[in-house]
Amino acid sequence: MDWSAFNLSLQLALYTVLLLLPLAVLTARWLVTLPPRRKAIIEALLTIPLILPPTVMGFFLLVSMNDAHAIGRIWRSLFDESLVFSFEGLLVASIIVNIPFAVQPALRAFEGIGNDMREAAATCGMSQWRSFRRIEFPLAWPGILTGAVLSFAHTLGEFGVVLMVGGNIPGETRTISIAIYDQVQSFDNASAALMSGVLLAISVLAISITFLLTRKTLIRIRA
Amino acid sequence: MRTGLAVSLVLFGMLFSTRPAGASDAPLIAAASSMQFALREIAQSFKQETGIELRITLGASGKLFRQIENNAPFELFISADDRLAQDLAASQHARLPRVILARGRLAVFAAGGSPLQPDSRLNGLADALAKGQISKFAIANPAHAPYGRRAREALQSAGLWARLQDKLVMGENVAQAAQFAISGAAQGGMVAHSLLVTDKTSDRGRYALLPESWHQPILHSMVLLENSDDTTMAFFQYLRSPRAQQILSRFGYAPAL
Repeated sequence: MDWSAFNLSLQLALYTVLLLLPLAVLTARWLVTLPPRRKAIIEALLTIPLILPPTVMGFFLLVSMNDAHAIGRIWRSLFDESLVFSFEGLLVASIIVNIPFAVQPALRAFEGIGNDMREAAATCGMSQWRSFRRIEFPLAWPGILTGAVLSFAHTLGEFGVVLMVGGNIPGETRTISIAIYDQVQSFDNASAALMSGVLLAISVLAISITFLLTRKTLIRIRA
Repeated sequence: MRTGLAVSLVLFGMLFSTRPAGASDAPLIAAASSMQFALREIAQSFKQETGIELRITLGASGKLFRQIENNAPFELFISADDRLAQDLAASQHARLPRVILARGRLAVFAAGGSPLQPDSRLNGLADALAKGQISKFAIANPAHAPYGRRAREALQSAGLWARLQDKLVMGENVAQAAQFAISGAAQGGMVAHSLLVTDKTSDRGRYALLPESWHQPILHSMVLLENSDDTTMAFFQYLRSPRAQQILSRFGYAPAL
């Protein structure tokens, strides 16, 4: 059992969710206010990571984060280290790949709130920010939470992109799915099965907890 | 709201916990996947003697080569293809000229229940093909795996390459090709001898070594890379020691000529 790979995957998933979620919420809230045609175009662009095969995404990211290109060069000048084949690079890739998983549910949730609710809040003299914080965000919370869980679970399971930009470095970019792949290739089926089992258990647990929390929130909102 | 607070606290606690063990300055070795069992044992023996832990990343030599070209932070490259090692040694990524480590052997393998009888002239493979008993035959991908290229050459020498075209399944590296054959998913495969002499595989099937005259020599070479430090240098030297060479020969490697 490769605990360091396990720990690494959990950290990658948590960082991804924590960094991506605020951006996703703001993006989703902004998209609702756009005219339909512009919204459709931007939404389509943000869904690209879901449509492209992970290998293609991985290849794009590998090339663009390389020292020879802008993102990689800027990173190197800031931190004096390579962005590809590092945990930070993996995190950047993971955030980009998970955009649709976090934005889509949040967007649907904000769409469901409707303009009359916003107008009612404004009529009551609430500022836009206050209306967002006290009314829209709590109402959209189940959708936002779903986005968080999807991103978390998807990061734990991500393989293709990690393989392309990570380079399978122990303790740095060897995530649990890569470690399982490695163990199958060293004919160690017992370890691979054990790690797969643990991964499965964690995923089911995380998702059950979230669904439970979502239900509680819904009940509270209705009450 | 209390549950939410507790959950966030746990999450934050996990985030600020230490980075995973191993994300250290332990030398980072990129090695051909065919070396995995031999290298693990050499690393263990190195650790016993020096107390130094190593981090090992396995893959097809061609893939690892591309990653090093793209500034992957590896410190030592052990290739199953001497040409790749030479190319790398000529680049700015290398610190020293490459050193040839050992010569590997190619074997034909068939899992326990397979109709294929492995023999060194590949007569059994020709027979099984003629009888239509082979539906899948595993090799490593010749595009970037040295053992895959050597397997193609050997099959061409035996005159079987064309007949196997629609039966080939390609592993990303030779260890995956071996995995296909050992699991019985493919009726046979061309794999590295060094992967077959471990207790994990010895009772899983039969194999035969192929004549070395059927393909280009499989020279394993190593290159010390620009990121390397004295610890990596020590392991580089250790790989040339009699103790390491002895382990290599136990895994079927011949001394480089």
